[in-house]
Amino acid sequence: MATYRELLAQVKSEIDEVDAVRARELIETGDPVIVDIREQDEWDEGHIADAIHIPRGNLESRVETAAPDRSRTVLLYCAAGNRSAFAAKTLQELGYDEPLSLSGGFTDWKRNGFPVVLSAGLDASRRARYSRHLLIPEVGEAGQLKLLASKVLLIGAGGLGSPASLYLAAAGIGRLGIVDADVVDESNLQRQIVHSTERLGEPKVESAKRTIEALNPDVDVVAYQERLTSENVDRILADGWDVIVDGADNFPTRYLVNDASVWHDIPVVHGSIYRFEGQVTVLKPGDGPCYRCLFPTPPPPELAPSCAEGGVLGVLPGIVGSLQASEALKLALGIGEPLVGRLLLFDALTTEFNEVLIRRDPKCPVCGEHPTITEYVDYVEFCAGTREPA
Amino acid sequence: MSVIRIPPTLRADVGGARNVEAEGATVRDLLDDLMSRFPSLREQLVEDGDVAPFVNVYVEGEDVRTREGLETEVRPGSTVILLPAMAGG
Repeated sequence: MATYRELLAQVKSEIDEVDAVRARELIETGDPVIVDIREQDEWDEGHIADAIHIPRGNLESRVETAAPDRSRTVLLYCAAGNRSAFAAKTLQELGYDEPLSLSGGFTDWKRNGFPVVLSAGLDASRRARYSRHLLIPEVGEAGQLKLLASKVLLIGAGGLGSPASLYLAAAGIGRLGIVDADVVDESNLQRQIVHSTERLGEPKVESAKRTIEALNPDVDVVAYQERLTSENVDRILADGWDVIVDGADNFPTRYLVNDASVWHDIPVVHGSIYRFEGQVTVLKPGDGPCYRCLFPTPPPPELAPSCAEGGVLGVLPGIVGSLQASEALKLALGIGEPLVGRLLLFDALTTEFNEVLIRRDPKCPVCGEHPTITEYVDYVEFCAGTREPA
Repeated sequence: MSVIRIPPTLRADVGGARNVEAEGATVRDLLDDLMSRFPSLREQLVEDGDVAPFVNVYVEGEDVRTREGLETEVRPGSTVILLPAMAGG
């Protein structure tokens, strides 16, 4: 039976080691996957830039996701170069071509005066709260820190704004702005789950703020108890938002949000609902169509009844608003393929998703090559008078 | 024969149907066939001899305005989606 020292010596004879100087050259000239296999508290005190943190105990189960290409060099390090030697052996067994162990480990790296990144700091409580995000390679600690630094503005705290705000808050979006002038009405509660019976008569933004703060104290809620208008839109957008989630309930606000988002260069996650059907898309200025490219003019009132007039299945905004939250999170993280240039159609009655392509209109009056609308218009009039002869 | 998906706001004009079958080789023929059977649709769908600007028509997932408009070819068995904007939230 081998002792620990004998086993370590045996393993070190079977793997390749590099010292800190060689490791640094490798990082600067090559493209190794750097894996820090130490424990969380060690990682928190500093690590090598661009390293992925996979504690030794999780190495086998997570390394294939972090380093799917087995032909790529993997540089493993721990504190002193012993645990990483065993880790390199494990990677050999998993079929990696070139696992390298940093001899002398992170201690030697620091002793050489090489650069160290301090963890920006998810404390233990946040690590627990967001643990299911931290486990996803596409999110991880860096992604969660991005979410905590992100600012999302919700237009409307109604059917769509309710689920969207709850999921964005739960996900740890650092600042959520909510624009809504209404108060909670009994007819809202069939679907607007951010509010509750005891909040009847309370301003929706205040009700939403209380629910969100109870759900996640990390979120800073900015309540705008006002209707979005040409007069206040620039002031509200000047507060600095990365993404707008449009859950308005009327066309004038939809067109106003569009024009403002193009001029302020902020992506809009658009959602709309009626009875059993919903539409979702991402309108990203410069990268896809705007709302006016998609719908140059609003329909006449008889073709566009609101949910207040035509009704809506209570769960429908739950689905559509959650899709909006998902798109907003992807935009904040910079991952995946957002619904840019695609309009997603959902029918709850047949449980069908359909998708149509939507394109930028070079002749669009707002985002086209020669825009003819360059300042806010009277949106109520614009949406009321579409069928008047010119 | 193609299937035309009718949006909820136009279903009253077609007796409540979600899908209506229609005959035609182009979008124009197809809509003419549809509107000949449901005449009240004409007022909703057509403006100045063209598809009204507030209704989008998709053939196989593509907006006909980005193709040949009313002359866009429709192959038998295609699905055509009529889609006005919705504002509800």
